[in-house]
Amino acid sequence: MKSIVDFTVKSNKELNSSTILLIVESKEELPRILPGQFVNVKIDNNSVLLRRPISIHDVDYKNRQISLYIKVLGKGTASLKELEAGDIVNILLPLGNSFDISLGKKPLLIGGGCGVAPLLYLAKVLFEDHNIKPTVLIGARSEEDILQVNEYKKYADLLISTEDGSLGEKGYPTNHTVWDNPEFDCIYCCGPEIMMKAIASKAKEINVPCEVSLENTMACGIGACLCCVQDTDKGHQCVCTDGPVFNINVLKW
Amino acid sequence: MVNTIVDLNGLKLKNPILTASGTFGYGTEYSDFVDLEKLGGFIVKGTTINHKEGNPYPRMAETASGMLNAVGLQNKGVNYFKSKIYPEIENLDTNIIVNVSGSSIEDYIACSEIVNDLSHIPAIELNISCPNVKEGGMAFGTSAKAAFDVVSQVRKAYGKHLMVKLSPNVTDITEIAKAAEDAGADSVSLVNTFMGMAIDINTQKPLLSTITGGLSGPCIKPIALRMVWQVAKAVNIPVVGLGGIMNAADAIEFMLAGASAIQVGTANFIDPDITIKILDGIHEYMKEHNIDDINDIVGII
Repeated sequence: MKSIVDFTVKSNKELNSSTILLIVESKEELPRILPGQFVNVKIDNNSVLLRRPISIHDVDYKNRQISLYIKVLGKGTASLKELEAGDIVNILLPLGNSFDISLGKKPLLIGGGCGVAPLLYLAKVLFEDHNIKPTVLIGARSEEDILQVNEYKKYADLLISTEDGSLGEKGYPTNHTVWDNPEFDCIYCCGPEIMMKAIASKAKEINVPCEVSLENTMACGIGACLCCVQDTDKGHQCVCTDGPVFNINVLKW
Repeated sequence: MVNTIVDLNGLKLKNPILTASGTFGYGTEYSDFVDLEKLGGFIVKGTTINHKEGNPYPRMAETASGMLNAVGLQNKGVNYFKSKIYPEIENLDTNIIVNVSGSSIEDYIACSEIVNDLSHIPAIELNISCPNVKEGGMAFGTSAKAAFDVVSQVRKAYGKHLMVKLSPNVTDITEIAKAAEDAGADSVSLVNTFMGMAIDINTQKPLLSTITGGLSGPCIKPIALRMVWQVAKAVNIPVVGLGGIMNAADAIEFMLAGASAIQVGTANFIDPDITIKILDGIHEYMKEHNIDDINDIVGII
């Protein structure tokens, strides 16, 4: 069941000049949240009308907290950057489907840029609930964009690639040596569409099942407005309710 | 005990709150947030005789105090509605109204005839105002003659309450409203979205796949309100007001301007439970102003 909850900001930390980690706490018990699901956050700013969909970075049921890893891009996310501890933020959750945990036994999680956000909670669920230690490959422009490293290391073997070579291997996640002798048997990917498409075609080449998480522009987040549609083998499907996670086999890429 | 029941030419609503087509799915999308039976009714997604995939993505762009959409009537067709959706919602104790659209008069008639047989659907809202389809839609709603033709033909085929949804993209909306009335409409609802557009200056491309789309949200409210006021003065059938209603005060403004009932649209996307908040707000307003019957405020401007 989806609900509208007033969360209290616990902390709001700048991870780098354009990324924040917003931790919010609920008075009531959190609903069950699946890895890959997202929230729709109301923006307390008169010049912003719609909520902003944000993927769930981490969940702490004991303390009733969720973490949101947010790239500050426009007016909506800039308003979220201004939030301070104690502020109230209205959140619609949990939304969307989730990653299919049964896709394989040796998963490779690939996150590009801000697309790493939902992969931490996925790695945590794989590790804690399914006894699987996944490999996480984070790709970014530069060392300063590789964030939350110690968090990922709690649950996963971490690989890094940067475009300028300042950390990990130089290049894109698609060029990483992890592809040379693939030891993974499934891929979960989130990042810029161009990267996900490149990963999808590599996955098809080596015949490894692959899911991607999309972030089409949306209004309602609950399947009513039909704005966020993706072209699939079943026609136009809503990213907010049929997704955000899709198997690459259903996408018309 | 105050009265919030409104009578739209025989269509009784327990309160004046309806939801605008295309913003409330089939109601079930909102059942986690809203007790649907508390609403005066809800108007389901624009329905056509055949399945429609709608327009390509991107279909939405946020603008100053508003949003543009170019969904293009994506729906699975009236027979899918009849067999799959209707059984899920037919027993709800509220008015379920089907928004009927088409690209030819024959399509409108065929779709209306199928809906006419659904015993728990007391009304249709004839959509002659969708700006996002190439054929039909708004073309029927931007000339008085075309509006008269389609409404009078559907009138012959449809026996229950016929609400006609008007486009604001016209020189004089009262002419179209009068044509709908003359053709046998039981009520008119206005306004549908305003045709607009937005451009990304970095890519130098339009933000919508269709270039233009329909503008909704609080930015259109003053124009919508003016049109409702003009139409309410021009016709003798009930007027249902919509366009940027975000709260109870907005809803009351529309009623003061002449709307017997209102529809909440874009606001559902931001606050899925906004309809209930607006209903509560109307009750508070009535108490504060010693109003016993909500009908007493309709059209006092």
